Amino acid sequence: MTPVALTLALCLITVGAFWIGKSRSLALVGGTRRVRHLHSLPSHYGLMTAMWCALPALLVMGLWLTMQDAIILRLVVDHLPAGVRDLSANDLSLVMNDVRNVVAGNVPAASVSDTVRGASAEYIGLRGISRMALTVVVLVMSIGAIIVVRSRITPELRARNRVERVVEWLLFGCSTIAVFTTLGIVASVAFEAFRFFSMISPIDFLFGTSWSPQMAIRADQVGSSGSFGAVPLFAGTALISFIAMAIAVPIGLFSAIYLAEYAHPKFRTWAKPLLEVLAGVPTVVYGFFAALTIGPALRGWGESLGLDVASESALAAGFVMGIMIIPFVSSLADDMISAVPQSLRDGAYALGATRSETIRQVVLRAALPGIVGGVLLAVSRAIGETMIVVMAAGLAANLTANPLEAVTTVTVQIVTLLVGDQEFDSPKTLAAFALGLVLFVVTLALNVLALHVVRKYREQYE
Amino acid sequence: MNSTNRPRRTPAETQAIVETSLRRRYWAERRFRAYGFTAVTAGMLFLVYLFFVIFSNGLGAFQQTRIQVSIFYDPQLIDPTGSRNAEDLRGADYAGVIRASLRTKFPDAEGRAASRELVRLVSGSAPFELQKKVVADPALIGTTENVWLLASDTVDLLRKGHIDRSLAEAERPLSDRQLGWIDKVQAGGALALKFNKTFVTGGDSREPENAGIWGAAVGSFFMLALTLLLSFPIGVATAIYLEEFANRNRWTDLIEVNINNLAAVPSIVFGLLGLAVFIGFFGLPRSAPLVGAMVLTLLTLPTIIIASRAALKAVPPSIREAALGMGASKIQMVTHHVLPLAMPGMLTGTIIGMARALGESAPLLMIGMVAFVVDIPRGVTDAATALPVQVFLWSDSPERGFVEKTSGAIIVLLAFLVVMNTTAVILRKRFERRW
Repeated sequence: MTPVALTLALCLITVGAFWIGKSRSLALVGGTRRVRHLHSLPSHYGLMTAMWCALPALLVMGLWLTMQDAIILRLVVDHLPAGVRDLSANDLSLVMNDVRNVVAGNVPAASVSDTVRGASAEYIGLRGISRMALTVVVLVMSIGAIIVVRSRITPELRARNRVERVVEWLLFGCSTIAVFTTLGIVASVAFEAFRFFSMISPIDFLFGTSWSPQMAIRADQVGSSGSFGAVPLFAGTALISFIAMAIAVPIGLFSAIYLAEYAHPKFRTWAKPLLEVLAGVPTVVYGFFAALTIGPALRGWGESLGLDVASESALAAGFVMGIMIIPFVSSLADDMISAVPQSLRDGAYALGATRSETIRQVVLRAALPGIVGGVLLAVSRAIGETMIVVMAAGLAANLTANPLEAVTTVTVQIVTLLVGDQEFDSPKTLAAFALGLVLFVVTLALNVLALHVVRKYREQYE
Repeated sequence: MNSTNRPRRTPAETQAIVETSLRRRYWAERRFRAYGFTAVTAGMLFLVYLFFVIFSNGLGAFQQTRIQVSIFYDPQLIDPTGSRNAEDLRGADYAGVIRASLRTKFPDAEGRAASRELVRLVSGSAPFELQKKVVADPALIGTTENVWLLASDTVDLLRKGHIDRSLAEAERPLSDRQLGWIDKVQAGGALALKFNKTFVTGGDSREPENAGIWGAAVGSFFMLALTLLLSFPIGVATAIYLEEFANRNRWTDLIEVNINNLAAVPSIVFGLLGLAVFIGFFGLPRSAPLVGAMVLTLLTLPTIIIASRAALKAVPPSIREAALGMGASKIQMVTHHVLPLAMPGMLTGTIIGMARALGESAPLLMIGMVAFVVDIPRGVTDAATALPVQVFLWSDSPERGFVEKTSGAIIVLLAFLVVMNTTAVILRKRFERRW
């Protein structure tokens, strides 16, 4: 059976197991009228049977399917003719790729060499055997579990406690996924980054000012050594993020002040969600908007003023990114302003301050730590934003502070280096992971700092 | 004392001073308020302008120009042997049929160059339309019929007003001769905008007039369905564990810090994780919705967990105490009482997380979902793209015709997002409960 069919069969058997366990428990005490003689509800006995039936079988199936491919490939390689087997690891992996393609039906069997055809036939044969064995094992395990559990069911059996213990473990298991995700990110990105740093020195990477990630195809090629100095990328990221924040912070902050302190409640109820729509628009839409409308418009205005504006200028990307970030700043600042106790405002009014004086000298000062935290979160978002800069900022790694020129960013380079075909051991590909590591560390630091500041601020007024 | 040396002000002077300062302060007040109002208005204007640009560019994508040509299904060209064999009918020279019909319509097109220009008025896929018609109904052979043929993308651009006729002939994609033919056709009412079925039901194509978003929509659908299947149970289970079962200790603190941080990690980093772990380590196929869904699951989990925890927190403790007091176990208390009450809040958070997943494209670029995929994906391991990635791909195309398609795809994407977010808002309004 194919894995999908087997999973479906297992589901059916599990449903059957539930009914067998449930009816067995009822039969033991003699029907629903005497159900109080059971320790647990009949459905608990059913659930217990179903769990014993499904969980071990699923575990075995998962392990089996993850190992299957590697083991079969190993066997197929062992049976290849000696001439092919002794090829270098790279060439061998090419042959095995052909085998896989034939097996998957991507390549017609007639178009490959006899060796590959033989190997793929063997692969298919072994896979068939493996699937058959898996089917037998899973079916025996699940049905065997039903028989054993059924014979163990007694009215005194604490089925509920057992089921609930398992459920609690499952809940706990789900909660660890967040930790594993972080570990996975750190491990995978750091691992590839360290491979990169074994080829390129971290000092050159972090402090070099020239970025041209080309690697030679031949060793004697002209200009063969790529240079991986990431400073232009960091500077470009900083420039675009700065422009974005210069747009988003004033507009976001003043919107929050107006909505929290001045606006009529009716105006607020429809204006606030409308502003938040800006945060819900996919970033790819902003990228298109920047590349199609804002970039050419800025270029046109620049020309009429006699300025030379690049069509993929940092200004266009930063401006559109700023629009996207407005709602982050405004909704966080709004929360912070609303959290300032009314008594502080009343005190200021009692001293004769006008509303704006109260806001500027009392409310904003009280809310400042929270607002700073919100702005830090927004900065981290701007740094990590990808699609807008990929579509609207350039690829040229210029080291400049002029917002009218094209700059490139960390995220743009990650995308450029990794989209398309790639080999996992060239510094060009690995550089993307090194950039990813920098990105992750910087945003993580900003987030931790921001969350810490915000939490401290919240505690102050609670 | 100093104060005695100061000249005493008369009350009128004091009043004057206060009045000027008050005027200044009230003026500052009004200015401050105006700043705030301007900021809100600016935000709104950006929003309106963004939607205006997208819609004014994109609505045209749902219509495509067609040219009415009276087609003579020439038996000599289609089926010279008269066998009516489906295989022969499929392989016949339909481009020739169209060429012949066009030349009867425009006898002035003499010579090879003129003939080639004439044929370029209709799309390269027009012969396939004829082929389908004839294979479905071989009785057409030998008859003459008026057919609305798909026009080429340049004719479409002209019809929609995107080509400047005042440019010199060499600078525009249509020659003077072609313009003359088009004007003649249009004057005769044989050039019209029709609903663009291909755009809604077709897969990707290199030709703007044949490109459709259905392939990308199906890819997005597979991915979202799988993401929902994975992230909703895991997210809810995590929230339940953290809110109802876990003791506060270092381990749960660690989990919490992790979740809060993951919520703010750039999405592209999740893409790197997917590339290195799912594709590099586990050897899952590239460009597959399966891998996309796994990455999006990790991406949306923090959103769902945070919303679900808030929903669980909102259920008052008295409900839990009542359930426990009646002899329910902790699991029964959660599944029978707390969970149903928290479910609307959890669903709202999940829908918002799904909406975010639908609009996400950066991590999908990392796992190779930017391939040019013509076929409609049929399973979760087939190569596929997603709607936002399709937008990205088309926006990169040099052809002018794709600008409209890109905006059209964005309109479809936004429509889905609006539906999802509205559902979330309605759900919240409908089931919101204050204890």
